[in-house]
Amino acid sequence: MKKLFLALLCAPLLAFASGAELHLDKAPNLSGDQAALQRGAKVFVNYCLNCHSASYMRYNRLTELGLTEAQIRDNLMFTAPKVGELMRIAMRRDDAKGWFGAAPPDLTVIARARSSEFGSGADWLYTYLRGFYRDETRPTGWNNVVFANVGMPHVLWELQGEQAMGADHKLKLAKPGKMKPAEYDDTVADLVAFLQWMAEPMAAQRKSMGWLVLLALSVLLVFAYALKREYWKDIH
Amino acid sequence: MGGSNYEKFKSDGTLAGGLLEWVDARFPLTANWKAHLSEYYAPKNFNFWYFFGSLALLVLVLQIVTGIFLTMHYKPDASLNASGVPVAFAAVEYIMRDVPWGWVIRYMHSTGASAFFIVVYLHMFRGMIYGSYRKPRELIWVFGVLIFLCLMGEAFFGYLLPWGQMSYWGAQVIVNLFSAIPLIGPDLSVWIRGDYVVGDATLNRFFAFHVIAVPLVLVGLVAAHILALHEVGSNNPDGVEIKKKKDEKGIPLDGIPFHPYYTVKDIVGTVVFLMVFVIIMFFMPEGGGYFLEYNNFIPADPLVTPPHIAPVWYFTPYYSLLRAVTYPLLGIDAKFWGVVAMGAGVVIFFFLPWLDRSPSKSIRYRGPIFKWLLAIWVVCFFILGYLGVLPPSPGRIIVAQLCSVYYFMFFLTMPIWSKLDKCQPEPDRVTFK
Repeated sequence: MKKLFLALLCAPLLAFASGAELHLDKAPNLSGDQAALQRGAKVFVNYCLNCHSASYMRYNRLTELGLTEAQIRDNLMFTAPKVGELMRIAMRRDDAKGWFGAAPPDLTVIARARSSEFGSGADWLYTYLRGFYRDETRPTGWNNVVFANVGMPHVLWELQGEQAMGADHKLKLAKPGKMKPAEYDDTVADLVAFLQWMAEPMAAQRKSMGWLVLLALSVLLVFAYALKREYWKDIH
Repeated sequence: MGGSNYEKFKSDGTLAGGLLEWVDARFPLTANWKAHLSEYYAPKNFNFWYFFGSLALLVLVLQIVTGIFLTMHYKPDASLNASGVPVAFAAVEYIMRDVPWGWVIRYMHSTGASAFFIVVYLHMFRGMIYGSYRKPRELIWVFGVLIFLCLMGEAFFGYLLPWGQMSYWGAQVIVNLFSAIPLIGPDLSVWIRGDYVVGDATLNRFFAFHVIAVPLVLVGLVAAHILALHEVGSNNPDGVEIKKKKDEKGIPLDGIPFHPYYTVKDIVGTVVFLMVFVIIMFFMPEGGGYFLEYNNFIPADPLVTPPHIAPVWYFTPYYSLLRAVTYPLLGIDAKFWGVVAMGAGVVIFFFLPWLDRSPSKSIRYRGPIFKWLLAIWVVCFFILGYLGVLPPSPGRIIVAQLCSVYYFMFFLTMPIWSKLDKCQPEPDRVTFK
């Protein structure tokens, strides 16, 4: 009966294979690598934080990546006067809309927003930032493999160089940039790791806390079960 | 009564000593403690399925307490802040980041929402397999279905508050459904929203419904549900009425006092439940995109419709019922009949006590017809739920239609097949190993 039931439950599910596939490259997991996260933060404030805000994120939270407030103030803050401030930008949204067609989205939680059944948000960002190619039909001159007709030009093109879309639908490096391809991939990996950290800075804390709570509950379970047995031994 | 109470005031206790007597002379504290806990006799053979009632109560308290703390920091405001982000959306991230331990409270509340439905679905299924809705427990069941309806409303209103893309478009889709009602529909949907699109007015009224209106009704219904239960006594996995066999003191032979026996047992259930809850909350709070939808990390944008709008998982079986109706009828839009089907899918539960004509209550003594039809119904419910998260396709719609027809036929033909089934005789006493 139970086996039949399970078979019944599973059979119709086979009929629903999903349609369009989005192939994403796996982003390296650098969540525990403080140096990588610091490098990622530097790339972020230099290349992203001019057009994109991270308006739920405070500069001084970067101390959790092992930086001091003085280091943050001297190296990572260009516009905000106080270290406790939110990562806002000066660009007006209306202007941005006129220039790019859409206001650049806030990036604080972008790594969570870009998660899908095809991969984590980090995978999407890792593929996206390495997936720009030259496309003269676009107003910016750039297109992207995972974000068709993207409004953002390839901001990191000086580092990566220029890619072209081949006839075989594969990307080729047409003009080399300042970085070797492997170096560029590492830089993007750092940036993505930072974006992922910023989307949920307490992620590491929540996991370690989870183990503690589970441990406490396990101890409680032993006593709760002993108590139950003690009371119920008289019930026949 | 009045006279004897007066005598009590003189003799029973003072604030300085004998406090319990003092209170009892003025408020039925001990009497209620006895009636509902220490002298409420529950069948001794409760199994795994009987944990979910007390767990539902636990989650209700959890949601109310965490909700109160969230309300202290959340702002139901759809206007854009200096960075161009809706204030309500930013308020949730503020709770997650800047409020000390705010993320714990928020994840408890978001995980609690899904946990509530898991626990309530299992609790309802328990009622279905053991015939807990049968005479004399019809009102308990009716109150229970009302609780389920309230819970759906509560979840729907609450889901708008984070003001993400899924919040916004989910509410837009559901409120738009009302516009399919003939004549009054378009005006009705505007009246519900308070605007022509989901906007600040909608957010504020949904907030009011979510934090006070629905919870008040919910708590009242839960009280009625428990009072009705304690009036007639609990059913059990054997479907045997324990009140039929009593000892000389009038205590059911198969009954044990709820306190301490079931309080200590429910503590074990609670701890196990909390362990599962903690695993989700601390290690996978997004629940694979089902408990917190990924698209909901994008602030609500009235100008950008997401390509695929799916309700949260607990609504998907009913959303599938809605989408399964594709034919216009009597000159009225198919959408309207979809809404009717969705509503009927919940409302039909109200009639269950009167649809079931089986001589025995519990699945243990019911025949193969019930077991098979129920098993297939559960499968259909899961398939409908699964289809509800996917975008529709012609093949999927046909599967959803077949499952929907079965969903309703199971109930509508129940008066016939429940009578035909070959039941075994129920025992006199409960089985207890």
